[in-house]
Amino acid sequence: MTAVVAVLAGAVLLGAAAAIADRAVTARGGPRGATTEVLRSGVRLLVKGRRTTVAGDRLLWRTGVAAVPVLAIAAAAVVPVAGRSLLSTSADLVWFNAMEALMWAAVWLVGWGPNSIHPLVGGYRFLAQGLAYELPLMFSLITAGLAAGSLRATDVVAAQQGLWFVVTMPVAFVVFVASAAAFAFWGPFAAPASSDIGGGVLAELSGPDRLLVQVGRYTLLGVSAAMAAALFLGGGHGPWLPDVVWTAVKSLAVLGALVWLGRRLPVVRPDRFVDVAWMVLVPLTLVQALVVALLVLAGAY
Amino acid sequence: MPDTGLAAHLLAAVLGIVAVGTGIAVFRVDSMARATFSLLASFLAVAAMLGLLGLTYLAVVTALMMTIEMAIMAVFMIMFMMNPAGLMPMTMTHNQRGSFVAGTTTFVVLTAGVWLVDWPARGGSLPADATRQLGEAIMGSHMLVMLVIGIGLFATILAGTVLATARGRYDRFGAELDRREPSDPLPGGLPR
Repeated sequence: MTAVVAVLAGAVLLGAAAAIADRAVTARGGPRGATTEVLRSGVRLLVKGRRTTVAGDRLLWRTGVAAVPVLAIAAAAVVPVAGRSLLSTSADLVWFNAMEALMWAAVWLVGWGPNSIHPLVGGYRFLAQGLAYELPLMFSLITAGLAAGSLRATDVVAAQQGLWFVVTMPVAFVVFVASAAAFAFWGPFAAPASSDIGGGVLAELSGPDRLLVQVGRYTLLGVSAAMAAALFLGGGHGPWLPDVVWTAVKSLAVLGALVWLGRRLPVVRPDRFVDVAWMVLVPLTLVQALVVALLVLAGAY
Repeated sequence: MPDTGLAAHLLAAVLGIVAVGTGIAVFRVDSMARATFSLLASFLAVAAMLGLLGLTYLAVVTALMMTIEMAIMAVFMIMFMMNPAGLMPMTMTHNQRGSFVAGTTTFVVLTAGVWLVDWPARGGSLPADATRQLGEAIMGSHMLVMLVIGIGLFATILAGTVLATARGRYDRFGAELDRREPSDPLPGGLPR
């Protein structure tokens, strides 16, 4: 029970860190101003009214909205901290992938449900983006599992005792972090929620619905940064400090780098991104997997 | 390890009812989106049952693949259907009597088989790592066949897509294939 609360708290804190870092550039008063802004907008959204639309599919809409944060927390369940994860199965990496795929469906539902043109367009932009990054993401996850010889997240961290995986599979690391931004439709991949379609999937959301989707989005971004740190940057391994501290430091470092880079890149058009993802990233990740497979056969791990 | 206690049996029964119920709902709702997600709910219930049986990898991979399938179905929905939203009620069933008979017959035969067949006793014990054992059982002695078939399937999908498109490279690059930028309805992307 305490483990569940700890994971929940950790995931939400990472999400809050992501939201604060995202706001830190535009907020008045720098990072402290960003913290108050994030907390204030959260509380304000709690007391605002919910929006209903004409002839919307309310069941599907509210299901999608509720699913977004739940899936982010479920993805946090397999992040390894100090040699354990809340959910430790022999297919952790596939669980993470499955939660991200369900997020795909959930954001589409958020776009479809309100029977409104802008969320619908945003939902379909998200589907197109998802089709683009899904294969490279799967290949990069499998490459980490391949090097560790196991799909269990704690085994992947343990296999990085000597050398971090990012050294032998940098392409997989970059693709994973970019996919993290893509499935949270944030930064350069914010086309599903961009202002040229009036906010996209977020357009008809108000009050607690909006809060749930925003919390889910930022939490997934933070949790994916933690997963990237665990899968590619050695998790809790490091001198002097305990495991938990190193995990937090590395996750925050990845999150900081992600936010720093994400705010400097323009929003990518989904159809252009599909082209680049299928013609460049899929072969690159496949070659990366081949290189890692050869290294595994040569006994480098 | 699968749990064989009463709670697990009850949960499996509930998941079974959910799977069958949402499966029936696929044909009762009059919105394509609801039909798609009822089907997804049915598959997720089956995946949860696989998880209860201790087959974690199969459970998670079923959930993953079925979700992606439903998402792609949503793309095709809007491409080909006149009224996917179900704002005007529409019947999406055809050959109702034939499929009802076939469906109930299959269900009755399978259920009778499950309960009446004399299943053999288990020989051996639970493996330490079910995922590894599954991988070795599927691919241990048939790796070459799997690889060749996989590439064959991929080539078939690509060939089918290429045959289905109306525009070819001569439409995009001109009769002599000498245009520098391809002329597409939607510009952009890599200059190939």
